[in-house]
Amino acid sequence: MAEIVLDKVSKRYPDGALAVQEVNLEIADGEFIILVGPSGCGKSTTLNMIAGLEDITEGELRIGGQRVNEKAPKDRDIAMVFQSYALYPHMTVKENMAFPLRLAKVDNATVERKVSEAAEILDLTQHLERKPSNLSGGQRQRVAMGRAIVRNPKAFLMDEPLSNLDAKLRVQMRTSVSRLQKQLGTTTVYVTHDQTEAMTLGDRVVVMRGGVVQQIGAPQFLYEHPANLFVAGFIGSPSMNFVPATLENGSLRSVLGDCTLTDRVRQLVEGADAPREVIMGIRPEHFEDAALVDAAVLAAGGKFTSQVDVLESMGSDKYAYFNLTGEQAASAELQELAADAGSDDVPGDGISLVTRLSSASGAVEGASADIWFDADKVQLFDPSSGRNLTYTER
Amino acid sequence: MSHATTEDTATTGTAPEKSVAPKKKAALSEGKRAERKLGWLLCAPAALTMIAVTGWPILYSLLLSMQRFDLKFPDRTEWIWFDNYVTVLSNPYWWNAVWVTVLLTVVTVAVELVLGMALALIMHRALVGRGIVRTTTLIPYGIVTVVAAFSWRFAWTPGTGYLAEALGGEPVLTEKIPALLVVGLAEIWKTTPFMALLLMAGLALVPDDLLKAAAMDGASGWQRFIKITVPIMKPAILVALLFRTLDAFRIFDNLFVLTAGSQGTSSVSMLTYNNLIKGLNLGIGSTMSVLIFIMVAVIAFVFIKLFGTAAPGSDDGGKR
Repeated sequence: MAEIVLDKVSKRYPDGALAVQEVNLEIADGEFIILVGPSGCGKSTTLNMIAGLEDITEGELRIGGQRVNEKAPKDRDIAMVFQSYALYPHMTVKENMAFPLRLAKVDNATVERKVSEAAEILDLTQHLERKPSNLSGGQRQRVAMGRAIVRNPKAFLMDEPLSNLDAKLRVQMRTSVSRLQKQLGTTTVYVTHDQTEAMTLGDRVVVMRGGVVQQIGAPQFLYEHPANLFVAGFIGSPSMNFVPATLENGSLRSVLGDCTLTDRVRQLVEGADAPREVIMGIRPEHFEDAALVDAAVLAAGGKFTSQVDVLESMGSDKYAYFNLTGEQAASAELQELAADAGSDDVPGDGISLVTRLSSASGAVEGASADIWFDADKVQLFDPSSGRNLTYTER
Repeated sequence: MSHATTEDTATTGTAPEKSVAPKKKAALSEGKRAERKLGWLLCAPAALTMIAVTGWPILYSLLLSMQRFDLKFPDRTEWIWFDNYVTVLSNPYWWNAVWVTVLLTVVTVAVELVLGMALALIMHRALVGRGIVRTTTLIPYGIVTVVAAFSWRFAWTPGTGYLAEALGGEPVLTEKIPALLVVGLAEIWKTTPFMALLLMAGLALVPDDLLKAAAMDGASGWQRFIKITVPIMKPAILVALLFRTLDAFRIFDNLFVLTAGSQGTSSVSMLTYNNLIKGLNLGIGSTMSVLIFIMVAVIAFVFIKLFGTAAPGSDDGGKR
């Protein structure tokens, strides 16, 4: 077990393409850290550099205080779980799990003991003599985990280990990965493109985009205090709503109506030297059916009236979708997020808005509804740089 | 087949339950029967052609091998059943030819496997000039064997050849062991590229992730090759060995040009040719052909039996 430090680590391919740019990251001993981002953001490359499967172009990588840039993967004492599981098809489950121990010339009795311990933890005992081709996806995934844990490595690296499982199993395995990590207390770096996995699994999350780290922090912190548009849009499902807005003497004008900034927000905006034209971001849960809001609270927010496009009742709450006329918020970050979600070519103009209302709401699909939003929860972004103008450390 | 299984293991997460579904022999439906009939009809032309061009000659050789049939004495032709076999199998020339053939086959195929694997690895890994490397490697295989054999012969002929000069003008092709070495060398030079090509196809079956995983598990380059690459490409290696063994066992052209079978360097094919074509002894010649056919069939049988038990990732994995 050890801490892992990435000190200005960069990766440049021979053709000049910069895959990862000056990543600084200190992973504490026993920490579960998630690298998340859309495809091509450099998260897997970063992981492979930690593993030693890719060379580091610049910077220094230290594991347990030692520089390991020049060390071969086998000498770094870290284990990796692959998306494809990478089980050896010609070996039984037992042989697969024993493989790293055999290579380390561990004596037979110890191999037997460690493999059966790992099999016990992962509930694989009755499958030890089977070949990987006779296992289900979930079992294969567990064998891959087993192969990683048998030799008590300094760290686990996991490259989208749950992506090949079906949705239900993925949720189940997510909890067991989390439990296993807590139980073993081994430093873990986990790569995923799924923000739900990132939110639920990690002690800290690293959001990457185009080879550059956007923000590092606890999942809840990233959710509440995104450093920029990209993080705001990437973290959270359904994602944050973005609407172009204008700042005018302490009030905010947009298609969602005018609202007065709260003192807290106004101070932040003034401190950040905000431009006049901004992008306003609001999470779906910060909307509410105006009829259900106290009159006193109503004043501390904005209000708009529009026709409910689609209404989804989840039982505990209702999701109301609106389509407002007006220009969509435009920025490079938002475009990239849309491309990643595959929604960039979905036809439709105007601003689409997702709101989460309480189940008591009387909103009806196709009918007009009065919707209120909490002005104190509004986040404002600079459209040109994507910077969060209302960012605070707390 | 093995490709599909490896792939399945490596990348997809589907449950294998389907493969253990109970097998029921249900009566064929009307549609299935019609489909089968169409299937037979479609194979019929090929099957008939095969029977005409291979089935009949084999049968005819069998018939000839059981007769005294020498074109120099056509009126003495008669059925003698297995007497020809007794004659051939008790003849020292035949046994010498068998040992020469077996020796040449084993040695050349073994050397070709090692060299071919090395070449395949180089071609597989080559980062720059992959095309050039592959082309140059393939040149020997592209040259007509007889032409190549003649150039080897000139090279080894004292007075004209550079190789003979380099060895001090010794006439190596006139002695049994040196001559066999030269023949073996010519064979290896000629067919290693073929081996390399077959093995390279096998190398492509080894998923990169497995090698990376092995590296993470602590395997050195050599351990990765021995413990991961070789077992996974075993089916491809066996196919390459089978092809080359069957081919090498019938060695003829290099021997024909280089030594013409003199100094006890005849292979079984060479000896058969001498009896059947040169000696016009159809009975003895056919007997030898049949014996070669049987030996080749045994080799193929052994190899294919081996496949059945050794294919990695095959379904028998859990049952054994």
